Amino acid sequence: MQISGAQMVIEALIAEGVDTVFGYPGGAIMNVYDAIYKQDKFRHILTRHEQAAVHAAEGYAKVSAKVGVAMITSGPGFTNAVTGLADAYMDSIPLVVISGQVPMSLIGTDAFQEIDAVGISRSCTKHNYLVTDAADLPRILKEAFYIARSGRPGPVHVDIPKDVTAQIAEYNYDIKLDLETYKPHTKGNPRQIKKAMQAIANSKRPVFYLGGGIINSNAADEVRELVHKTGIPAVETFMARGTLVHDDALLIGMLGMHGSYAANMAMSETDMVIALGARFDDRVTGKLSEFAKNATVIHVDIDPASISKLVNANFPIVGDIKNVVNDMLAQSSVIDAQNYEQWRETIINFNELHPLTYYEDSERLKPQWVIQRVGELLGDDANISTDVGQHQMWTAQFYPFSRPRQFISSGGLGTMGFGFPAAIGVKAAAPEKTSINFTGDGSILMNCQELMTAVEKKLPVINIILNNNFLGMVRQWQTLFYDKRHSETDLSVQPNFVKLAEAFGGIGYRVTTKEEFDAALQDAIKKDVVAFIEVKVERFENVMPMVPSGGSLFNMMLLEKKESK
Amino acid sequence: MNDNNARRVVSVIVVNEASVLSRITDLFSGRGYNITSLTVAPIPESKYSRLTIVTSGSVRVIEQITKQLHKLIPVLRVYEHEDMVEKEMALIKFPISENLSDINTICEAYNGKIVNVGENVVIAMVSDEPKRIDNFLCAVKRYNPKEIVRSGAVALER
Repeated sequence: MQISGAQMVIEALIAEGVDTVFGYPGGAIMNVYDAIYKQDKFRHILTRHEQAAVHAAEGYAKVSAKVGVAMITSGPGFTNAVTGLADAYMDSIPLVVISGQVPMSLIGTDAFQEIDAVGISRSCTKHNYLVTDAADLPRILKEAFYIARSGRPGPVHVDIPKDVTAQIAEYNYDIKLDLETYKPHTKGNPRQIKKAMQAIANSKRPVFYLGGGIINSNAADEVRELVHKTGIPAVETFMARGTLVHDDALLIGMLGMHGSYAANMAMSETDMVIALGARFDDRVTGKLSEFAKNATVIHVDIDPASISKLVNANFPIVGDIKNVVNDMLAQSSVIDAQNYEQWRETIINFNELHPLTYYEDSERLKPQWVIQRVGELLGDDANISTDVGQHQMWTAQFYPFSRPRQFISSGGLGTMGFGFPAAIGVKAAAPEKTSINFTGDGSILMNCQELMTAVEKKLPVINIILNNNFLGMVRQWQTLFYDKRHSETDLSVQPNFVKLAEAFGGIGYRVTTKEEFDAALQDAIKKDVVAFIEVKVERFENVMPMVPSGGSLFNMMLLEKKESK
Repeated sequence: MNDNNARRVVSVIVVNEASVLSRITDLFSGRGYNITSLTVAPIPESKYSRLTIVTSGSVRVIEQITKQLHKLIPVLRVYEHEDMVEKEMALIKFPISENLSDINTICEAYNGKIVNVGENVVIAMVSDEPKRIDNFLCAVKRYNPKEIVRSGAVALER
C-alpha cells in the first residue's frame, strides 16, 4: 500500500498494539500530528513539556510491561526530551521516541529548530535512527520496537525529517526482521548453571542479590519460588523493590547507601553472592574492594557487559533471568535449605540489632510516618512513583511493596521531576489503581506544569509533597560532610502549593497532623482529581542508615537510638 | 598480560552504514578509553566494514571495551587479538639533497623503498610492524624527514 511517511508511523504504532502516545507537537513533526488527528485507534496524551512526555512514557512502560511511546518535534522539542531518554537508558526502560527533524534539504544548514538529534541521543539510547527515505520507515520502526523490548530493554530514538513524513512510499509492516548483528542471548549455559548450583550447595552463607532485571524479565514469581525452595535470604536493590513481598521472612531488606543494616551486613559477611539482574552500582556496593569481599560471585544478566564490569564474577551466566531461574529451579534439589538455618538466624540478629526504623520525637510529622501510613491505607492498591531525594529513599525503605512494577522511580539517573509525569503515565496504564507520587518540595517544581495534563486527561494522580523546606538530600550531605554549610538548599521561599494545584483545576491540601493527613488522602481518593497533598514534615530529618559515599557497606552511620514512642 | 596499560589491538566487524564510526568513537570517548590508532575500510563483497583499533588498558578495561563494542547494534564481531600478524604503513618525505641510496637501503630493510621523486623532495614508503616502524623513524631521523604520515595498524589473527 502506498502511503505517506506520517501515515506509516500511525500504521506501525497500531500494528505494535500501542494504545497510548505521549507527546507535544511542533513544526517538524506536524505531518505526523495531522495523521494522529485523523485516526482513532490510539489516544494521544498532550503533556505540557517534552521531558514530561518521555517520563510519562517511562511510567506507562514500567507498569504495563509494554514499550512506551513518546513523540516530539525537532530542536528544543528534542533537547527537552533528552533527559527522559537518558533516564530510560540508565534504568533499561523500553521506549520508542519519535522526533521530527527539519527537511533533508535543510539538514546541516543551521535551519530553524535544527539540532543533530541522533548525534545527541547516540550516547543515551540503546540505538537510534535518522530516517532518510520513507521506504525504510516500516523496517526501521519494526526494528526500533524489537530492539527496545528485547535483550536488555532500553530507549530507541527515531528521527524523521519533515519531508520524509510527507513522502509517499510502499508500506508493508509484515516483514521479517533480519538483524544479523543483534541477537540477544536469552538462554543461560546449562553446564555453567549446574556448576553454579553446586557451588551454592557448597556455600555456608549465601545471599540472593536481586536486581531490576528480574522485573524487566517478568520473573518475580520464579524468583520467589527459588528463594523459598532454597531457603536462601535475599537482598533487593532499589530497582528490584516488590520482587519479594515486603513481609517475606527471607527478605532481608534493601541494600546499599541507604540500605538496612542487616542487608548490608549480610552482603559483607556472605560467602556466596547470587546476583540476578543486578549491576553492582556504586550506590549499592560502596567501596568496591570491600564489597562481599570473601564471596564467590554468581552473576546472571542478559547484558554480558554488566558481568564482571565492576566485580569479578566466578560464575558468569548470560541469559534472560526468567529462563535461567527456571533452569536453576529444575536443579534446586541439590540445595538443602536446612544448611542455612544458622545463617538465617545471624541475619535475624542483625535486623534486631539495628532495625530499619525512625523516631517520632518532633512536633512535626515524620516523613517516614507518612509513607508507612499510605502503605497501611492503600498497600497493594496503589502504584507508587517518586521523585528524587530523601523522600525517594524513605519510600524505598518504608513502603510495603508487594508486587513487581508497583514501584516506579528514577534509579540510575536520579532525575528530579521524574515522579509526577511518570505517575501520569502509570495512571494511564493502570487506571484501576490509585497512583501516588511521593515527592519533595524541590522535585515537584521541576515538572509541576503537568497538573494541566492530569486535569485535562482526567488522570487523578495524588502527589504527596513531603515538605521540609529544604533540598533535603543535598542538605543532609551538607550537614554531615560540609560542616552544616547549607549552600543554596534552603527552600524557605515557596509557592502556595494548595493554590498552585487549584490554579490548574486540581485540588490542594496542606496538612500538619496525622488526622489531617488521613482526611486529605481519603478526600483526594474520593474526589478523583489530580491532587497536591503538602505535608509539613520535620525539617532536619536524615535518611538513615547511611553508607558515606565511597565507604564500606559494613561502616554505616546508624540512627541514634532513642526511646521509641 | 597484567600490565595495566598494555597495548591492545582490537578488530571490529560492523555493518557499513551511516554513523557507525561515530557510535564506536563515541563509545571510547564517553567511557574514557583511549584510541591510539584506528583504521577502517569496507570488507570486499560484503555489507560489512572492518575496523582495527589500537588501544591500551588493563585486562578488565579491554574486556569491557570488547563487551561494550559488541553491545552496539551494528557490530557483528569483535576480535581481541592475541596471536596476530600486524602491519602498518608509513610515508616519509625527505629533502632530495639527503643521501638517497642510504635512505633507500634502510627502507628496504622495512619492506619499503622510495616511491616518488619530486623537484625538491622524495617520498619513501615502508610497511612493517608498528614497533618496527618506530625503529625505522628513529633510524632515519638524521636524514631530516620533512613530513611523516602513519596509516595506523591493520591486523589479522593467525
